Amino acid sequence: THPPLFIFINNEWQDSVSGKVFPVYNPATGEQICEVQEADKADVDKAVQAARLAFSLGSVWRRMDASERGRLLSKLADLVERDSVYLATIESLDSGKPFLPTLFVDLQGTIKTLRYFAGYADKIHGTSIPMDGEYLTFTRYEPIGVCGQIIPWNFPLMMTAWKLGPALACGNTVVLKPAEQTPLTCLYIAALIKEAGFPPGVINILPGFGPTAGAAIASHMGIDKVAFTGSTEVGKLIQEAAGKSNLKRVTLELGGKNPNIIFADADLDLAVEQAHQGVFFNAGQCCTAGSRIYVEEPIYDEFVRRSVERAKRRIVGSPFDPTTEQGPQISCEQQNRVLEFIQSGISEGAKLECGGKALGLKGFFIEPTVFSNVRDDMRIAREEIFGPVQQIMKFKTIEEVIERANNSDYGLVAAVFTNDINKAMTISTAMQAGTVWINCFNALSTQCPFGGYKMSGNGRELGENGLKEYSEVKTITMKMVAKNS
Amino acid sequence: MKNLFSYLPVVACGRNRKGTILPPCQNAALLMVHSIFQLFINNQWKDAISGKTFPTINPATGEVICQVAEADEADVEVAVKAARNAFALGSPWRRMDASHRGLLLNRLADAIERDSAYLAELETLDNGKPYAISYAVDLPTVVKCLRYYGGWADKWEGKTIPIDGDYFCYTRHEPIGVCGQIIPWNFPLLMLAWKLGPALATGNTVVLKTAEQTPLTALYVASLIKEVGFPEGVVNILSGMGPTAGAAIARHMDVDKVAFTGSTEVGHLIQQASGSSNLKKVTLELGGKSPNIILSDANMEDAVEQSHFALFFNQGQCCCAGSRTYVQADIYDEFVERSAERAKRRVVGDPFDLKTEQGPQVDQEQFNKILGYISSGKREGAKLMCGGGVAADRGYFIQPTVFGDVQDNMVIAREEIFGPVMQILKFKTLEEVVTRANDTKYGLAAAVFTKDIDKANYVSNALRAGTVWINCYDVFGAQAPFGGYKASGNGRELGEYGLDNYTEVKTVTIKVPQKNS
Repeated sequence: THPPLFIFINNEWQDSVSGKVFPVYNPATGEQICEVQEADKADVDKAVQAARLAFSLGSVWRRMDASERGRLLSKLADLVERDSVYLATIESLDSGKPFLPTLFVDLQGTIKTLRYFAGYADKIHGTSIPMDGEYLTFTRYEPIGVCGQIIPWNFPLMMTAWKLGPALACGNTVVLKPAEQTPLTCLYIAALIKEAGFPPGVINILPGFGPTAGAAIASHMGIDKVAFTGSTEVGKLIQEAAGKSNLKRVTLELGGKNPNIIFADADLDLAVEQAHQGVFFNAGQCCTAGSRIYVEEPIYDEFVRRSVERAKRRIVGSPFDPTTEQGPQISCEQQNRVLEFIQSGISEGAKLECGGKALGLKGFFIEPTVFSNVRDDMRIAREEIFGPVQQIMKFKTIEEVIERANNSDYGLVAAVFTNDINKAMTISTAMQAGTVWINCFNALSTQCPFGGYKMSGNGRELGENGLKEYSEVKTITMKMVAKNS
Repeated sequence: MKNLFSYLPVVACGRNRKGTILPPCQNAALLMVHSIFQLFINNQWKDAISGKTFPTINPATGEVICQVAEADEADVEVAVKAARNAFALGSPWRRMDASHRGLLLNRLADAIERDSAYLAELETLDNGKPYAISYAVDLPTVVKCLRYYGGWADKWEGKTIPIDGDYFCYTRHEPIGVCGQIIPWNFPLLMLAWKLGPALATGNTVVLKTAEQTPLTALYVASLIKEVGFPEGVVNILSGMGPTAGAAIARHMDVDKVAFTGSTEVGHLIQQASGSSNLKKVTLELGGKSPNIILSDANMEDAVEQSHFALFFNQGQCCCAGSRTYVQADIYDEFVERSAERAKRRVVGDPFDLKTEQGPQVDQEQFNKILGYISSGKREGAKLMCGGGVAADRGYFIQPTVFGDVQDNMVIAREEIFGPVMQILKFKTLEEVVTRANDTKYGLAAAVFTKDIDKANYVSNALRAGTVWINCYDVFGAQAPFGGYKASGNGRELGEYGLDNYTEVKTVTIKVPQKNS
């Protein structure tokens, strides 16, 4: 069996209006898996119409108890759990992520996120307010309306959950476009959405491309909010499109060039391993990748030596081999891009410690690569590579490293490894980053808000903060005959 | 997977079993699970240390259902130790992800939902409330309450605080510790859910004593608590009497908090016991004499029906019963006549008959008390419009009773009757009725029926009551806080507010080299 390969609108499977389809590839082999209906502007129009209808005053979705919205999300989580092995398999096939981490990390993260927001649906409180004057005032937290959501290919299922969870908990309706590289698990979720009992039109899923379907969403006059996760480059386009069209609300989760600061008093084994995972996890394809590792001078050489040794041990292979740590890059295009960055590192004078080349004849694999003696002005130190390439820099003082770490247009995450409580407090306060990890990396959980400073994005996802982005606050003020406290 | 024992015929199994064969009831498949006769401590079933048991009675017939273990101070001691152990730093419960606590509460809700037909039967057998209502109202509300609090477990956040000085300051919301919980007999399962939900969501451990009139359903839920995987000692359930087991909990030096729902009279004792023992935190949900105010512009039909429901629901055994119905003068006579007519139509009968609206009162003591109040109403000159007597030859059934021409100073207008006896009083102006409505030591709930927006706002603002209903009555949600002003209690249950009662706030302040905003 395979996931449905159609556009999902109004709880129905539909061909694209144009009749076009697009291929989906297995990045471990480069071979085509299947073809999927390709949504374009006309399909977006249909989806928005369905979502708008599902949102109208008096609709099933608008009249539903908030707790019942939560029940539906809870049921969806249960169904994802029921089918988690199947979903992990498809996710691995489509994205190249190793199967076991996909099952134990991605699927669990997806289920927990849906359950977390399921629990929030009937806990979104407005306030009653002691206003001046003879008035009774309170706020309602209403859904915004029709939300466009555009998600990336690096964590297809988790990104689906991060988007659907808060949007549906708050009572919105959704038009969601998965990445063209990885539409399959999202389309399977659509089938589960129908099975769970969401009313038609509440969630609509449109596989397609950014410049066509994605752009149509960003500039649609009938969409009230757009949430985008992807590159900073496209994030800027989304923001422009919102400004040019109807001033739809915009939240963005974009790229990062995240500093990971290792002090000499850190637990070195822990720091080396965490820094390794921090940059190489998911074949380096994380917005949170710790791709600038600043190591305090006294331990620099030893840190580099251990990191190289660890990178050489990293097992690259078939996603379905249980010993594999690293699968392929998502596409030929991404693979070439990463290799080009590696060349720039070499030509700009960084020291290539290990790796540096493509791996294998089929698929889009790259050797785990480590650069030392990296200068802050090199391209590999400034630009987001999104591949298995580790940059290790040297620093002397805490003031210096704070300045260097913050010297970036990005600001998504940062980390510090130290045993000294004062250093930990100082660094975590000073970092211009939405998340700071102390003696850990990639410690993400659905309860914790996540998002970027500066050009890493705006708004926060997850946690209670994640709900704010999906609500409109309405203040209602009623004349009172005689106010009393 | 259903509990294995529920498929076995009712025969002795295990040592020291003191059950008796059931009297016939509506559903012949109602079989007893052996464990509902014993105390539940540390995920194990135990007899009382003294070996004592007490009978629980089917109020529809007056007959004994079975004997149940009777906990006393010694058993409370064992339970508190188990709860204290389960709360120790480093214990599985303390180390558990908050989200996992929530998952366990959700699983408990699922298990209760799965077994709701059985639980509804057991509840009806033990308490007398109509089965149609146990099944269609009590059980789903229980499930929703547990699911609601399951969702809160990992969302109950402290704050980080911009304190003056070079400090980083934050609060942690920690569990209080071992919580004693004493629940009443009027909504046994629901009261269990209202107590366990917030206590467990926030990470406390619990020693819960059921009402002696209705011990059975909680003990069945105990088996589900074990089934879904709560660690041992987190929830301990004791059946027993107030003056012995209940008092032992209230004065225990190692119980950190006590939550009590019941009469104001006993509420006083609980608060005193806290003061004379270890100053344990106290929350109380007590009695009420709630005013239900009907203005002349109200929809008459709706107001009559809602007011009937407000008083007579659950055999009149609600802390928030609308037991003072104030009706504006110009609609008074019609309202009284219609209310009497409605009360006469109220179907009193076998709780397992699906047509029954009203079952028996819970026990002999309540039965006698209510009949006493009816007598006092007659004596003091209230006008008996209908009912006023016993409704059947056996069991504790009382006729739906309506008094008109009730004056504020009559006993039936001042004291909580807790039975199917409606008081209708007349008023002229809004200011007058607000004053009279507030003239009570209680303050649990209130209602106003009117179409006028200004009057609705004025009255709801002015009434000193924890819940005010406008054009409705007895509307509850797990999301909405509930509790009393004045002698109706302190603290709020349900909603986010319900979490406050089960939380200790710890402020942590860390010196930092240099604070920046």
